[in-house]
Amino acid sequence: MTALSLKGLNKSFGKVQVLKDINLDVDDGEFVVFVGPSGCGKSTLLRVIAGLEEASSGDVLIGAENVNATPPSKRGIAMVFQSYALYPHLNVRNNMTLALKQEKQTKAVIEQRVAKATQMLDLQDYLERFPSELSGGQRQRVAIGRAIVREPKLFLFDEPLSNLDAALRMNTRVEIANLHRALDASMIYVTHDQTEAMTLADKIVVLNEGRVEQVGSPMQLYNNPSNRFVAGFIGAPSMNFLPADLIHKGDTRTLGIRPEDLFLSDDGVLSATALHVEALGADTNIIAQLGEHQITIRLFGQHSVADGESLKIGFTDEKSFYFDSNGSRVH
Amino acid sequence: MRTARTHFPSAVAMHGALLLYMLIALFPIFVILINSFKKRKSIFREPLALPNSDSFSLIGYKTVMEQGDFFLYFQNSMIVTVVSLFFILLFGAMAAYALSEYRFRGNLLMGLYLALGIMIPIRIGTVAILEMMVATGLVNTLWALILVYIAQGLPLAVFILSEFMRQVSDDLKNAGRMDGLSEYQIFFRLVLPLVRPAMATVAVFNMIPIWNDLWFPLILAPGEEVKTLTLGSQVFIGQYVTNWNAVLSALSMAVIPVLILYVIFSRQLIRGITSGAVK
Repeated sequence: MTALSLKGLNKSFGKVQVLKDINLDVDDGEFVVFVGPSGCGKSTLLRVIAGLEEASSGDVLIGAENVNATPPSKRGIAMVFQSYALYPHLNVRNNMTLALKQEKQTKAVIEQRVAKATQMLDLQDYLERFPSELSGGQRQRVAIGRAIVREPKLFLFDEPLSNLDAALRMNTRVEIANLHRALDASMIYVTHDQTEAMTLADKIVVLNEGRVEQVGSPMQLYNNPSNRFVAGFIGAPSMNFLPADLIHKGDTRTLGIRPEDLFLSDDGVLSATALHVEALGADTNIIAQLGEHQITIRLFGQHSVADGESLKIGFTDEKSFYFDSNGSRVH
Repeated sequence: MRTARTHFPSAVAMHGALLLYMLIALFPIFVILINSFKKRKSIFREPLALPNSDSFSLIGYKTVMEQGDFFLYFQNSMIVTVVSLFFILLFGAMAAYALSEYRFRGNLLMGLYLALGIMIPIRIGTVAILEMMVATGLVNTLWALILVYIAQGLPLAVFILSEFMRQVSDDLKNAGRMDGLSEYQIFFRLVLPLVRPAMATVAVFNMIPIWNDLWFPLILAPGEEVKTLTLGSQVFIGQYVTNWNAVLSALSMAVIPVLILYVIFSRQLIRGITSGAVK
């Protein structure tokens, strides 16, 4: 069963077209992440699905039902906003129950759902507090709780972790993954952070300039990117791009090699000078100058490389990608 | 008392400046108040002296109570001020919300048009307003005053409130839409509570000129039944003789309701500033 289908979706603001012919299916229980750089249209796409923006053309189907003309609250969805968007003048309990009261649910149902959500999110002690009395992480959990109590078919997350600090971001990421397992609902998650996308997603949708670049599982995108944009966007540090001319004279293609697929070797075909070394303990990143190009080499374990040292760098053919001048993958 | 964040000499200077300002601001009110409790002769002999057993007199208050219908005037002023403020805030906030929230053709022009009234004093149109009120039969009713004051207060209200409403986060309004609130509910239940400090500001700005106005009551509603307090007090100011006891007593009593309203609104102001923000 498909939880959500988008058919030929277009959206323009005035003359600017921000979504271009989006076609997509999300299965029941699937965790789908929209990822892309700022301004690629991923948040707009989420708003169109939510019904907060109207598409210029195309159809949105939720659970096989066309919802083009259905208001957001009747679409069976719930959304978690980047800024949490808690109602500052209501306490946690009232923040969570507002939607249920609007749906005219009975008191018993409301009580039971709030109890369940607060238990899942460990919010029992905060029900009477106001948002201004909560920390960032607690506010985030309340925002998620407000979505859970509605028991939606589809959850929408709009960059929910971008206001949290690094440690809390990792914890909340795990919590969201657990939540997905526990609730068994479909989730759509928007982020510009490829780590979040890789760790959470069943399926990643890479967006660029309003277009879907590639759809696939995290490993499919990593191992088999269909174009230069996806290759560069997925994976951190990002892929090195060099003219293939450096290897085979006269080759006009672009060669792409991931930093972790490069290695130091005396018979390496590339020679470069180390510019800067980042020793991270578990691995070592070397930024090196190769002619007029900068490349990143990621070595596992600890290596002592001095700035300015000459390096011989090798790679294997099966771990390299070739792109034509339009950015399409050719090998 | 020393704390890490206060520097003693600068704290003294700051409090000194504030105290001085308070004295200057309160002095006229203080003079009015003490003189309202004195005999006529003492008012002129020693205007700054406190009332003592010799000079103390309630004659002013007595005159005010006996002459004219002070309580009716008081009630009229109250009705006009409160009703005008209510509609200024309601219509002002609604217009401001429409201007700040919805994208429509002519939004900017409409905003400028609504704000134009800030620069054009409404008194310029007095003759036309009077003709209009005569034509509609509203002369000598409180509605004449209320309508004029709403018109007078709206431009500034729309201007201030729309600025504040632009600051209410879109996510919050969208969260309301997701939760099934209608546009009216979003306006009344989310946006209005959040711009309460701005509403209080608008209310204070509008309240005092309306309460003190003499011009429009004199022209549009001079009838005995609909006189406001300011107009009613004028009976004691004659061309040749002014009953200062009565004038000062009437003024002293006129201050009280404004003071009460001000305290209510300024509380809102402070609470609004200190309450939690969106993030």
